[in-house]
Amino acid sequence: MEVIMALAVGGMVAGAVYLILSRQYLRVMFGVILLSNAVNVAILTVGRLTTGNPPLIAQGTEVMDHAAANPLPQALVLTAIVIGFSLLAFALVLGYRAYQEMGTLDTSAMRVAEPEEKP
Amino acid sequence: MNAWLTAAPILIPMLTAALCMVAWKHPVVQRGLSLLGSIALVAAGGALLSIVLNQGIQVVQMGAWAAPFGITLVADPLSALMVLIAAVMGFCVALHALGDIDPVREKGGHHAVFQILMTGVCGAFVTGDLFNLYVWFEVMLISSFVLLSLGGLREQIDAAIKYVAINMVATACLLLAVALLYGVTGTLNMADLSIRVPEVPNQPVISAIAVLFIIAFGMKAALFPFFFWLPATYHTPSVAVQAIFAGLLTKVGVYALMRVFTLIFTGDSGWTHGILMVMAGITMIVGVLGSLAARDLNRAWSWQVVAHIGSMVMGLAIATPLALAAAAFYMVHDIIVKTNLFLGAGLVRRLAGGSTDYARLGGLFKTAPWLCLLLFVPLGSLAGFPPLSGFWGKLLLVRAGLETEHYVMVGLLLVTGLLTIWLVGRVWAEMVWKAPAEPPAMAISTLSFGRTYLLILPLLLLSLITVSIGLQPERLLNLAGQVGHSLTDTSAYVQAVLGTTPSPQPTLLGALETEAMP
Repeated sequence: MEVIMALAVGGMVAGAVYLILSRQYLRVMFGVILLSNAVNVAILTVGRLTTGNPPLIAQGTEVMDHAAANPLPQALVLTAIVIGFSLLAFALVLGYRAYQEMGTLDTSAMRVAEPEEKP
Repeated sequence: MNAWLTAAPILIPMLTAALCMVAWKHPVVQRGLSLLGSIALVAAGGALLSIVLNQGIQVVQMGAWAAPFGITLVADPLSALMVLIAAVMGFCVALHALGDIDPVREKGGHHAVFQILMTGVCGAFVTGDLFNLYVWFEVMLISSFVLLSLGGLREQIDAAIKYVAINMVATACLLLAVALLYGVTGTLNMADLSIRVPEVPNQPVISAIAVLFIIAFGMKAALFPFFFWLPATYHTPSVAVQAIFAGLLTKVGVYALMRVFTLIFTGDSGWTHGILMVMAGITMIVGVLGSLAARDLNRAWSWQVVAHIGSMVMGLAIATPLALAAAAFYMVHDIIVKTNLFLGAGLVRRLAGGSTDYARLGGLFKTAPWLCLLLFVPLGSLAGFPPLSGFWGKLLLVRAGLETEHYVMVGLLLVTGLLTIWLVGRVWAEMVWKAPAEPPAMAISTLSFGRTYLLILPLLLLSLITVSIGLQPERLLNLAGQVGHSLTDTSAYVQAVLGTTPSPQPTLLGALETEAMP
């Protein structure tokens, strides 16, 4: 199972890198989405993949008597998803605004902040 | 009480930001709140530093969860020093912002977002948990996105696009590095990690994760080859925002590198610190050459931010107590000087009529002689003229480099210093000695007396700090020495966080499951 997950992460990162290398801002953003999802899957994988039992302690006992899924990676992934979502929302609105201002989303045509210098 | 004080660097700006948002429609109230919150943060930072120096490292367990399980806040000499200096910069910039920020940006929530930025910066300084560090980086990041694009000028939007794109990739790298480290050690507490990491049987994995951390923090700190976003963005937002970005943001990246590479990744230092050394050397040279090639004051200063990041990382890469002390000293000096230079460049821009292109500058001594005198302090300190603070920082770094026989790095540092003197000379010639291209716009005289005062006071304050560090370096040198020792001998840090009893070995769930199998 870990091997499949690792391959999935690798495939997603490869796709993300391909998209991020594009000059179109929107494609870069799609690459970033894919990359952050790849990282989330990686967090789940490194937190050990276990099937079944939720990490709950039975009533009347003080320690867990069975192997259970690790709750911490899930908490980390949840935090990362929330943060990634808000960053992405901002980035997409910014992209829309940039399109309104500059009429293009081609990053190599965006030379307002760094105008080409005359020799 | 001490526990509250350790958490205060996070609580005070967070509360200030919340109150500013409550008073969203009343900019005047926000101004007062922002200033009060900044003053309170300086007071808390000062009190925290004095307590750390007198009573040792301060630790708070959030929610009273015992150390490796909950989030821990730690204030050691480096954290406390950085909190204090960040608070002072926050105060100076908040003061300058009162005179500088235009009504549009103020209505857009500049003061509230600025305080959130301070929350993120201070949170990154005091946290003792790696995942929590990532969260504070994100807090800092998203508020910096807003501050960068606030105002909505075309060049701001253009710069923000690049800044956002590179930082989202950096964020993913950092998150992946944190997750992988958790995967091999089963803990996220930094003190606990410093014990667990050497126990990992597969050490090459640790080295690979360390390199991922170098990449992630290197992007935040603008190290070569991840620096190109900085000169593309830092000259676009309002002056107050430029100053706080240049002063603090990249230094948080350097702080994180210093924390992680003295506490956690010390096993394979030939490899990891070697990489840092090479990156630091190239960063210095590339930064200073870029600053010489720029034909605009603000952009030259942006390149200078890059150049001096290299000097600090060089101190970290040498990693002797003296070198780490030098890095800490240099960081304090550089934060003050860069904030001052960007605030000064903002005033020069006002006087030159909205542009800092060298072609538009000139005759500053006739227009504003007092500003010239004031600007000479950070310029001289940047170039490292004795007895200003930059001289002592460079002296310490050179000594640390010579002691450990890093002659190439010392050579690069001195060449960078020389080229910086060239840049300072050129800026002085363009800005002060040259005849102005056109009659001065004299924008500053149209401001009311009170506003002029608000714009000048932070510069005066920062210049006074620079001069007093330069003339009285012993106190800061002693403090930096303590920082250096606490970073090389981390047992006090670990003991303060984890207590005297070692934490139980975490049971990795994969192992538990295989044991449970019949």
